[in-house]
Amino acid sequence: MIVNLIQMQSRQKGIVVEIRGGQGMANKLCNMGLRPGKEITKVSSQIWGGPQTIEVDNTQIAIGYGMAQRIFVEVKE
Amino acid sequence: MSEKKILLLGNPNVGKSTIFFRLTGAKVIVSNYPGTTVEFTQGYMKVGQGKDVVIDAPGTYSLDPTCKSEEVALHMLAESDLVINIIDATNLERNLYLTLQLLEKGMPVVVVLNMRDEAKHRGIYIDVKKLEEQLGVPVISTCGLTGEGIKELIECIPQAKAVKVSFSNDSERWKKIGNIVEGVQNLSHHHHTLLERLEDLSIRPLTGIPIALGVVYCCFWIVRFLGENIIGYIFEPLFTKLWLPLMLKINALMREGSFLSRILIGNLIEGEINFGQSFGLLTTGLYVPIAMVLPYIFSFYLILGFLEDFGYLPRLAVLLDNVMHHFGLHGYAIIPFILGLGCNVPGALAIRLLEGRREKFIAATLMAVAIPCMAQIAMIIGILGSYGGKYVVIVFSTLFVLLVIKGVVLNKVLKGMSPEILIEIPPYRIPQFTAVVKKLWMRVLSFLKEALPFVLLGILLVNILYSLKIVDFIASAFTPALTELWGLPKEAIPVLIVGFLRKDVAVGMLAPLDLTVKQLVIGSTILAIYFPCVATFSVLVRELGLKDMLKSALIMLTIALAVGCFLNLIL
Repeated sequence: MIVNLIQMQSRQKGIVVEIRGGQGMANKLCNMGLRPGKEITKVSSQIWGGPQTIEVDNTQIAIGYGMAQRIFVEVKE
Repeated sequence: MSEKKILLLGNPNVGKSTIFFRLTGAKVIVSNYPGTTVEFTQGYMKVGQGKDVVIDAPGTYSLDPTCKSEEVALHMLAESDLVINIIDATNLERNLYLTLQLLEKGMPVVVVLNMRDEAKHRGIYIDVKKLEEQLGVPVISTCGLTGEGIKELIECIPQAKAVKVSFSNDSERWKKIGNIVEGVQNLSHHHHTLLERLEDLSIRPLTGIPIALGVVYCCFWIVRFLGENIIGYIFEPLFTKLWLPLMLKINALMREGSFLSRILIGNLIEGEINFGQSFGLLTTGLYVPIAMVLPYIFSFYLILGFLEDFGYLPRLAVLLDNVMHHFGLHGYAIIPFILGLGCNVPGALAIRLLEGRREKFIAATLMAVAIPCMAQIAMIIGILGSYGGKYVVIVFSTLFVLLVIKGVVLNKVLKGMSPEILIEIPPYRIPQFTAVVKKLWMRVLSFLKEALPFVLLGILLVNILYSLKIVDFIASAFTPALTELWGLPKEAIPVLIVGFLRKDVAVGMLAPLDLTVKQLVIGSTILAIYFPCVATFSVLVRELGLKDMLKSALIMLTIALAVGCFLNLIL
């Protein structure tokens, strides 16, 4: 099943399949280790449309709500 | 042999600074990169007979810059002779990307594999010998925390070499990195450590928000506790027991009321020297910055340095991101605000972390108006505290309400969107004692270097203004407005003038004026709002441009005028 970052549950794992957004956003995320094909774990999400925290390769990254909506992840049912 | 320039380069949060402080001696300089407001640290390292310059570059993910500080890192690279590339053993893949780019540039490189012990805790084992073979340059494994491997690193620096590699595109790079990682890294299962559980708790909203409130409360409590005790047990006795007798002797040598005695010792209050109110260069000029302000600066930066090195601040930024969006900012803007509480100048410098012009404008205007610096806070507490905590609370809650109102209004009025947060959250790390102490020492020293001359200049200026009767002239022009609107006497004019130079001195000048509590509250609130001090102003002009800064200043003056009237009416 493919969901975006916001729809992921805390502690759920998944593989990044697509990042919808400009080249700038994709580059920044890639620099921080987040690119299609990587396995990530959702850590937490802040209330009321706050940032989402994920873990990729032992590094935690906080991503703003709007950006998180555009990152799609394949998760197990 | 001329000195070599050695650049420490690596991703953010890989422990660069810790290695830097281990490599360099006591003489460390923080400066701005020419033409920018990006700060970097520079020190010296002994190598054989001579010494080399070591530069701690801003953290960067790649050599294709995505922001100002990464551009600076790139410029620095072009000017250096050798690179120490620090990589984080817990995230080899991402870190090697920069390493490959460095090798492609043909720079002489030594790779430092840092955080080895942390990687071990996480069940990651890296074969250093194999990594060295794969990269073709020396690889040293270190632990910045314990200092393990630093000696080997220093010995290894002369063996840095350049290897020529080239890739035609990114996917080739990532493939090469994938191969390297597979060959050198071994993963095993690991158990969660206590710090990792704490990381989890402090980033989930349900537990994170109470933790944040607790942390902020504790920090302020500790700063106050340390500050008060340092004053009470060290500086107060020092000044009254040692400095005062000396001042009395000097005073006896001079004719009472002469120009020189007024400048050096100041006015005698009820026949005695009063360190807070006499306003001489040697009395108030030294007492205010050293005995009243320095203890709080010291305690604030001690706690801040600890929080920074522990890795708490990015978590606070994430938790507050929501709230900050209502002000048109994202969570990271909390960093300039927190730094601004220490001194507005580093706060203003940290505004460069924000990207857009709109964000910078909002953050600068909010900080300059509503965030008083530690020096000012110390003086406000000192002067109003004796009338009861209530009045101190009035001043600070007025500032806080202003912050909220102004943030919301600016966000509504200014066109544009608030940008989104995207930050790396470093793991919690137990701060290394020497790094915290060195950073504290640097910050305290820079406070003394910057503040002391301004305080003395301010006091000198006041004395000259009084002697030449200039104050009377300006006062008679502005008095009607001042008394009608704000209810302040004409003696408050020089206070406002000095406030441009140093806010702490200005607040101190309210003391001998014989004001009512209400006037003191109004005076200290207006001093906080009406304009940034000259040091902050000059940084903000550079940061925002003159045009935006003038707009911002206009907003500040208007608000000061309004708030002064308002407080005068309701108190």
